[in-house]
Amino acid sequence: MTQAVDHVALLPGYLAAGTAVLVLLADLFVARRVVTLAVAAGGAVATAVAAIVVGAGSDRSTFCVGDACSYLANDRSALVAALFGFLTLGVLGLSAPLLRAGVAPAGEYCFLLACSMTGGVVLGAAGDVVTLIIALETLTLPLYVLVGMRRQTVESAAAAVTFFVVSVVATAVSLLGAALLYAVTGRLHLSTLGPALTGDVSLAGGAPVRALDLPLTSVGIALLVLGLAFKVAAVPFHAWAPPTYDGAPLPVAAYLSTASKLGGVVAILAVVTVALPPAVTGPILAALAVLTMTVGNLVALRQIRMTRLLAWSSVAQAGYILAPLGALALADGRTGDAFSTAVTAAVAYTVFFVVLELGAFAAVVALREPTADGGRIDSYRGAARRHRWIGAALALALIGLAGLPPGLAGLFAKVAVVRSLLTGSSGWLAVVVALNAVVGLAYYVRVAALLYAPDPLDRPARAVPWPVAGVLLLATAFALAIGFAPQLVLDWAAG
Amino acid sequence: MNEAFLVAVLALPALGAAGAALCPDRAGRWCGTVFAALAFVASLLLGTAHPAGWFSYAPSGQGAPPIVPWTSVDVSWVPALDLRLHFGVDGVSYPLVVLTTLLTLLCCLYTLWHVPAGGRGNTLVALLLVVEIGMLGTFLALDLVLFFVFFEVVLLPMYAIIAGWGGDQRRHAARKFALYTLFGSVLLLVGVFTVVAAAGTADLVTLTSGAVTLTRTTQLAAFTLLAIAFAVKSPLWPLHTWLPDAHTQAPTVGSVLLAGVLLKMGTYGLIRVAVGVAPEGARWASPLLGTLAVAAILVGCLVCLAQTELKRLIAYSSVGHMGFVLLGVATLTATGIQAALIGNVAHGIITGLLFFLAGAVKDRFHTGDLAVLGGLRERSPWLSGLLAFAAIASLGLPGLAGFWGEAFAVVAAFERGGAGWVTLGVLAAIGGALTAAYFMRLLGKVTHGAASPAVEAPPLPAIRISGPELVAWSPLVVLALLVGLVPALVLGLSEAPVQSLIEAVTR
Repeated sequence: MTQAVDHVALLPGYLAAGTAVLVLLADLFVARRVVTLAVAAGGAVATAVAAIVVGAGSDRSTFCVGDACSYLANDRSALVAALFGFLTLGVLGLSAPLLRAGVAPAGEYCFLLACSMTGGVVLGAAGDVVTLIIALETLTLPLYVLVGMRRQTVESAAAAVTFFVVSVVATAVSLLGAALLYAVTGRLHLSTLGPALTGDVSLAGGAPVRALDLPLTSVGIALLVLGLAFKVAAVPFHAWAPPTYDGAPLPVAAYLSTASKLGGVVAILAVVTVALPPAVTGPILAALAVLTMTVGNLVALRQIRMTRLLAWSSVAQAGYILAPLGALALADGRTGDAFSTAVTAAVAYTVFFVVLELGAFAAVVALREPTADGGRIDSYRGAARRHRWIGAALALALIGLAGLPPGLAGLFAKVAVVRSLLTGSSGWLAVVVALNAVVGLAYYVRVAALLYAPDPLDRPARAVPWPVAGVLLLATAFALAIGFAPQLVLDWAAG
Repeated sequence: MNEAFLVAVLALPALGAAGAALCPDRAGRWCGTVFAALAFVASLLLGTAHPAGWFSYAPSGQGAPPIVPWTSVDVSWVPALDLRLHFGVDGVSYPLVVLTTLLTLLCCLYTLWHVPAGGRGNTLVALLLVVEIGMLGTFLALDLVLFFVFFEVVLLPMYAIIAGWGGDQRRHAARKFALYTLFGSVLLLVGVFTVVAAAGTADLVTLTSGAVTLTRTTQLAAFTLLAIAFAVKSPLWPLHTWLPDAHTQAPTVGSVLLAGVLLKMGTYGLIRVAVGVAPEGARWASPLLGTLAVAAILVGCLVCLAQTELKRLIAYSSVGHMGFVLLGVATLTATGIQAALIGNVAHGIITGLLFFLAGAVKDRFHTGDLAVLGGLRERSPWLSGLLAFAAIASLGLPGLAGFWGEAFAVVAAFERGGAGWVTLGVLAAIGGALTAAYFMRLLGKVTHGAASPAVEAPPLPAIRISGPELVAWSPLVVLALLVGLVPALVLGLSEAPVQSLIEAVTR
């Protein structure tokens, strides 16, 4: 039997994969850093544009068995693919000085980034558990190498090993969960797994029982969700994130905390909203959310290194992303309107977050030497007096992450989360989110104030390479724009 | 046309802030001040739109909703978050709007002449104007979510003012201010969406009109959250501990805006939002609120009696004064709420003036220590005369602005009746007497007696009141008298909305 394949639906994926191949060829035959970077950047833009164009049309699907499809190109997958394209573009821009300094070979670096982007593009459209996990692995696998690319530093190698070990274990856990669910239901497609789990099954020809009554089902669901929780660095599966971010080159840390985190969120959303019964996943997610934001914020208070602070803060932010899904723990939170509000809030928060986080990392890259790591927070003293605009952009991004005006994007992100929680009658979780925002402000404002403090050393200003300045400008402008027009993001997020 | 004034009141400070931030120091300060003046004019013109004229005691129609804005603007902004750009002005908010634009203008004028050490003057003016936008937006917002957004706008610029231009322990004070007030405003966020999720609308006019009935549980939860949020801002004992540090460490203009207007966002929110939206919750919590308010009065007074620093004493006196305002609100009677509204405005005028004067004393003699100051009357009769005037206005002498709010808060407690409320009224009256005692102590130490060495030290020309200071202070002196003699300036406008609010609460 031959199967018709909808190549239009797959176009963003083709372009992303093609970018990786072209980068490799360009590196082989032209062997000039600028050309390699240009090809990768062009490919990233093409992928994003194609995703938007395909997404603007009607929903498409391909690789179908009956009604269930493995590849679904809809509005949300377009949003995810476009975000991955632009994030990759941003990280390429931030990497330009690093590559010029010869810290990492340009060809391999760009190839790996493009491969990772391919994983992300496919991830957004994944319609079955296997595609989902493979896409997530494609997204993560190149990062093991990228994290270790700061040559001749022990931290970098240690970070790569930590990240590799933890991530492989997490994938194995997810796969085991998926396998158990397959054993119970015989289904892999997300859309058919849901009904099968709520219906009756008969194991090994025995009498039919409710699938949810089987311990195997609960274990499978828990393992699948927890495996994916590793990828977003949710507490208690977060320990890999701070050393990995700190050891990785700064642009790679930016990619980890934006694109890679986005990937984890997309995967969790896919299984939680479509496949798994919310009655089981809701309490798990609520507990994860509370732990993640509280621990992340409290530990971030004590950080003295910039990248570690951003790492812990992004752990806490993952908690805010998961929080709306915690509303599914209550029956009120699962009914039509509340459910869609919760999913929209989680997606919207992720979009606001990655934009602000990219802005923060871009500003940090702009303030540091090309080959340097994030450094101690003290070394940023007075940075906004030396670099007026970069300092202002970093302060704006940090305040946005804290969720306060003038960082309106972050404010509306928090508002969306709290609103969805109260729509789902989870007032207690809303109060936890709110109190965490207060703890968060304590460390964000400490760094922001330090940027404007007088600098006793009176260090000179540095020239900022134009690709970094360009990424910073775009990210900040976009953060401001969605701050004043959050409706755009909320509409996309609602799909 | 009136809508244009309404938009101008919000847009002009924004333009001024942008101009002040982008221009060089001196030009930036001028630019900001000009826009602050224009905003003040726009706010006055906004008042001319009042349909029934200024002094109307026009009784409201039976069953009229508590909020009938005489000018409003309503534009959709973020439908997915129930957020509309809905601004409007009525008799409750208008006096506070004028107070805000006036005090900001005076602060900008003062900064033209005197920039505190710490940073550039134009940045300070820009931040003052951003704070002004936040305060005006809070008073004008008729959408709950919008109200919350503007409530938050104030926070970081004020943090920056304290941390950038403040005294020796400014960092600590600024952090405490930011974290405390954010704690309040996040609870406000939860409270706002508790209401919005239950009612399905964020429109304050609809929510307060009684058209939407919330269940008792929702009302109690919403009122608790909102009341805590506003109690932090007001501040209500025992959530007041950020205030003395912030007021003492802030530069003079920062203290003036903090005490003059920022605290009023709390009491205004309590009257407009908490009581208006959750009347049943308000009835349920009113005895507790009244008790805490009286505790605030007594604690504030007793601490003031033992205070040794001028600015800190004035800061703590705010705790006591805002206690009277909150007592007025807690009684949930028309007299009490009217007393709260006029108490708000009077406290803004008088404490603004007191902080200007305290700043002037500290600038001249480089100390605020009451033990070191003394005999100011000998050296600078004008300055000490003004200080005496402000102190006497603050302690509530009849004929000056401070009298009405405090006296009628006590009257309202008696009106409410019952042993508990009468006791609270008596205790509050004792607090009023203590207020007189500590202000007399202050005057005795600072102005009377022989001039102390610290007061003797500076040469005479350096301690004369300068022209710019006179310009900044005189409107407040005049207003303290005017509101004291003609309370209808404030009360005439708020008569009708307060009557409707009380009808809605007691319904």
